Amino acid sequence: MTFTQVTTDLLNGFYENLLIFFVTLLGAIPFGLIITFGSMSRFKPVKWLVKTFIWIIRGTPLMLQLFAVLYVPGLVFGIPMQSRMTAALIAFIINYAAYFSEIFRGGIESIPKGQYEAGQVLGMTKTQVFFKVVLLQVIKRIVPPMGNEIITLVKDTSLARVIAIAELIMAAERYAGRGYIWPLFYTGAFFLIFNGLLSLLFHFIEKKLDYYKG
Amino acid sequence: MHILEVQNLCKEFGSAKVLKGIDFNQEEGQVVSIIGSSGSGKTTLLRCITGLETADSGKITVGGHVTFDAAEKKKPSKAERRENQLCTGLVFQSFNLFPQYTVRKNVTLAKELLVREECKAKKRSRQETKAALAEIDESAEKIIASVGLSDKLENYPCELSGGQQQRVAIARALILSPKILCFDEPTSALDPEITGEVLAVIRKLAGEGRTMLIVTHEMGFAREVSNEVIFMHDGVIAERGTPVQVFDDPQNARLREFLSATLRA
Ligand SMILES: Nc1ncnc2c1ncn2[C@@H]1O[C@H](COP(=O)(O)OP(=O)(O)OP(=O)(O)O)[C@@H](O)[C@H]1O
Ligand SMILES: [Mg+2]
Repeated sequence: MTFTQVTTDLLNGFYENLLIFFVTLLGAIPFGLIITFGSMSRFKPVKWLVKTFIWIIRGTPLMLQLFAVLYVPGLVFGIPMQSRMTAALIAFIINYAAYFSEIFRGGIESIPKGQYEAGQVLGMTKTQVFFKVVLLQVIKRIVPPMGNEIITLVKDTSLARVIAIAELIMAAERYAGRGYIWPLFYTGAFFLIFNGLLSLLFHFIEKKLDYYKG
Repeated sequence: MHILEVQNLCKEFGSAKVLKGIDFNQEEGQVVSIIGSSGSGKTTLLRCITGLETADSGKITVGGHVTFDAAEKKKPSKAERRENQLCTGLVFQSFNLFPQYTVRKNVTLAKELLVREECKAKKRSRQETKAALAEIDESAEKIIASVGLSDKLENYPCELSGGQQQRVAIARALILSPKILCFDEPTSALDPEITGEVLAVIRKLAGEGRTMLIVTHEMGFAREVSNEVIFMHDGVIAERGTPVQVFDDPQNARLREFLSATLRA
């Protein structure tokens, strides 16, 4: 058992983490936006339903949600999940969309009413006000909390092992089972490096948006 | 013909009657100031006229064009709403500039969006559109120069003083050439020593014959710049007249109280 061999093994595991990470981001951002608009809907039933959904998702462990998505379709509807990875992706997307949606909502609601009103009295349509006036300000405000959430996502991807997805930590646990503990700690390097890169990226975006205050 | 006709305008917030039947007309090229104590409904009136608030009853006509009629049940189309909106301009107490855009872009943005849409609807060529946009840029520079901010064209609002920001806000409203330009306490958010630069711009506009409707607490300014002064109290127009009539020979007891209170302050 060489260092290279362990590294290759762990990289294979980390590939699963990255897959979950990127697909979750891709799915949870648009889905989160939809949830945001639902939670801000003036139509009370929709708002209430969406708020309940957010409450359930944020109020229960992601681990439990992974099990639920894996088993419930088969047990309740007789349509078993096709693969464990599909189940994991669905659970992660739903979970992160709920968190993202709250960040989006906070960002949108933090924009002063005067910005919308200024746009309106200048004859802009609602769509124009949203895209030309509000959106960039919202993005500027949500970059820091989104950065935090996304870094948490990287670490959370390891939870997928509870439904037997052979991700990074599971790969290391196999070594631990054979008496080699150090690969377990070696996994930390993978997370640290990847999150370090993400931090740099977010720092860069924040700097880019720092050209104005307010 | 009156440029602005406000007829029997009423507005309630919940159970609070804020406007209780406002009637007045304004002539083209005139400056009308609205004074009155806090909570008398001045801002609400301005917001109804500029379409930010929907009155419960009454009618508003700008330049012969009905911009609001509570009796009209049919909802205005998007295009109509925009047309109504562009009849009036509003300068806010708190400026409300767009922080992410330069002074130039703050002034051109709305007009650009408008012209782009028009060019698209009329299937103008790309060159024609470009020329139209260049024209906007040019007129923006002129207007920004007229408020004395030529050297700040490429600055962001956060880099400007309050007085400068308010002058940009005035330029931003002017480029759309509203029939009436409304101001809601344009100098109330400013330090006393810089209100002068904003008042000077408004004074200049009055000299050019702009039609303006100004809510203000600056009595000296109202007296000097207005053709007519309206005193609001508790949701009604309690007195109106020339500055000389209103300030030197007030008839209404509330107005007398208000004036002596502001003079003492
Ligand atoms: N959106 C709103 N909802 C509920 N009440 C409101 C709203 N806007 C204004 N009011 C109330 O209407 C009344 C008149 O307010 P308005 O802002 O028009 O007064 P104002 O004359 O502009 O006062 P000020 O000199 O302090 O600006 C106040 O009692 C205020 O509390
Ligand atoms: Mg007010």
